[in-house]
Amino acid sequence: MAELQLRDIRKSFGTVDVIKGVDLTINSGEFMVFVGPSGCGKSTLLRLIAGLETITGGTLAFDGQIVNNLAPSKRGIAMVFQSYALYPHMTVYDNMAFGMQLAHAGKEQIRERVEKAAELLQISPYLKRLPKQLSGGQRQRVAIGRAIVRDPKVFLFDEPLSNLDAALRVATRLEIAKLHHSMNGATMIYVTHDQVEAMTLADRICVLRDGIIEQVGTPVELYEQPQSIFVAGFIGSPKMNFLTGRFAEPYGAKTIGVRSEHIQIGPGEGAWTGKVIHSENLGSDSYVYADMGADEPVVVREDGTKKHQPGEPISIRPIPGQVHRFDAEGRPLGRQ
Amino acid sequence: MSDIAIPAKANATRRPDESDLVKQRVRAAMWFLLPMLAALAVVAAWPLLRTIWFSMTDASLTHLADARFVWFNNYLHWTVLKSGKVIWSGVLVDPAWWNAVWNTLRFAVLSVAFETVFGVIVALVLNAEFPGRGIVRAAVLIPWAIPTIVSARMWGWMFNDQFGIINDMLMHLGLISTKIAWTASADTAFYAILIVDIWKTTPFMALLILAALQMIPRDIYEAAAIDGVHPVKTFFRVTLPLIRPALMVAVIFRLLDAMRIFDLVYVLTPNSAQTKTMSVISRENLIDFDKFAYGSAESTLLFLIIAVMTILYIWIGQVRFEGGTR
Repeated sequence: MAELQLRDIRKSFGTVDVIKGVDLTINSGEFMVFVGPSGCGKSTLLRLIAGLETITGGTLAFDGQIVNNLAPSKRGIAMVFQSYALYPHMTVYDNMAFGMQLAHAGKEQIRERVEKAAELLQISPYLKRLPKQLSGGQRQRVAIGRAIVRDPKVFLFDEPLSNLDAALRVATRLEIAKLHHSMNGATMIYVTHDQVEAMTLADRICVLRDGIIEQVGTPVELYEQPQSIFVAGFIGSPKMNFLTGRFAEPYGAKTIGVRSEHIQIGPGEGAWTGKVIHSENLGSDSYVYADMGADEPVVVREDGTKKHQPGEPISIRPIPGQVHRFDAEGRPLGRQ
Repeated sequence: MSDIAIPAKANATRRPDESDLVKQRVRAAMWFLLPMLAALAVVAAWPLLRTIWFSMTDASLTHLADARFVWFNNYLHWTVLKSGKVIWSGVLVDPAWWNAVWNTLRFAVLSVAFETVFGVIVALVLNAEFPGRGIVRAAVLIPWAIPTIVSARMWGWMFNDQFGIINDMLMHLGLISTKIAWTASADTAFYAILIVDIWKTTPFMALLILAALQMIPRDIYEAAAIDGVHPVKTFFRVTLPLIRPALMVAVIFRLLDAMRIFDLVYVLTPNSAQTKTMSVISRENLIDFDKFAYGSAESTLLFLIIAVMTILYIWIGQVRFEGGTR
């Protein structure tokens, strides 16, 4: 229920500039995901919003009120940490109730809120246990529950799924998506390096690189209209194929990018020919790695489970209108 | 040991060929433990049993070999005089002994209490990040690194009633009007010992507590900051419970040490009834007064008192030596 305005936010640790001027508005009730490679400053940006780090320059405002010098607890935020950050010596109930207890809230009121959050997250049977008696997924749910009990205006998630195994990660991702729907109106900011998490959860994604914003937009916008080679390469799995030289020339670009799902196998006008290096069969579809004489193999997605042998000759052609063109600076020239 | 016990318990449900494996593991464990058990038997068990034996004889330094067994006469013994009056003797009715017990306990409780509080404070300071932290951490250890005899002599000079720097400083500050004979005066001797011991062992406490503090993940403090917990409350509600296991172990180490304190007292205040501890009085009887059996009885009681205190402390405090809270 809060709109966040970041105006030229900067952060330096000593002489190292980590955040180099970020301008961003996060709308009320929005699910915003910060994504980027390691060291891009996404976690630092979240910690600046939380108030766990001091802001070196610029202004941070919640609903128009500047909060640069406000203590974390006064900002109306709750944070879920990658390592859960539960108090190991307190039961699940106390972990969730601790903040309210110290704020001298009524016992009944505390119990009501904790039990409601526990029910929402299906951790009611574990309220009397200690964190060490829970699995990783349960611990992370407790951490989320602790955030819910605070009834914050803004939820902050710092890579909350990184410590979970693959299956739990998908399940917990779903829980967080459901949580956003059920907590109608709460603004959520979520940091991840996993672009699949970003694509599946976000209303809007903010792609960061070296402390500056590369692009902000909805998942579809980032997927369809990347504003730089970096974003084009970062969003989408597998990574977009980039080709230069003789492949790019016919398109009037320095570099062209084409996603694996936008390439067809089979001869035709303007087809590239080469040899299969390897193929990965995932059941529903398969990925063929082909050597086309470019620097890197081209990945092609194919429906079904057709098997390609290594060394087999192959012809591929990009689907017209799905080829992203970039100039020498990596700026987009539109699709063709 | 528990690692070995677990497969043994599950043995019933296993196939017989697996029990050979269990036996083999137990055998291997025995071989690993044997040297330590042998060493302990020679340096701990044998002297202890000898001491207990001597405490029930009439041995003296010159007659160790032909000592006679006298049961518990050294501990408690009564003689009925012709007049019908009963005279009690033995360690258990010796006021000098009970004075030493009282001195030791008072010293142990007070010194460990102060050392713990100061140790926690020093550890909290050393846990904070500031320039030159490494040097300060090393420097803090110096009092602990100096041999006790050396530091006792050093403090002896500092406490000196004529030329000591402590009297000099206190006089200049106007806190005292006449010089105090710190180690000789009955009123101050005990506190002199206490001060030196606190000075010497606070670094040890601080180091153990610092190790525990560094085990606490930073993000818990960040979670507390977001929960809006006041730093003082964070210390009492989060930090203290988390370092409690390590603190309890550190306290028991120090308590054991403090209850058998000898060197500091022996050097600083050798003949003061106010500071004579159980160890000092035992040695006095064993060597100086040639009451070897009597001294042995006191040593045995010292051992029993420390053992009982330790067991009580572990039991009441629920000390867990394996540590770890997460």
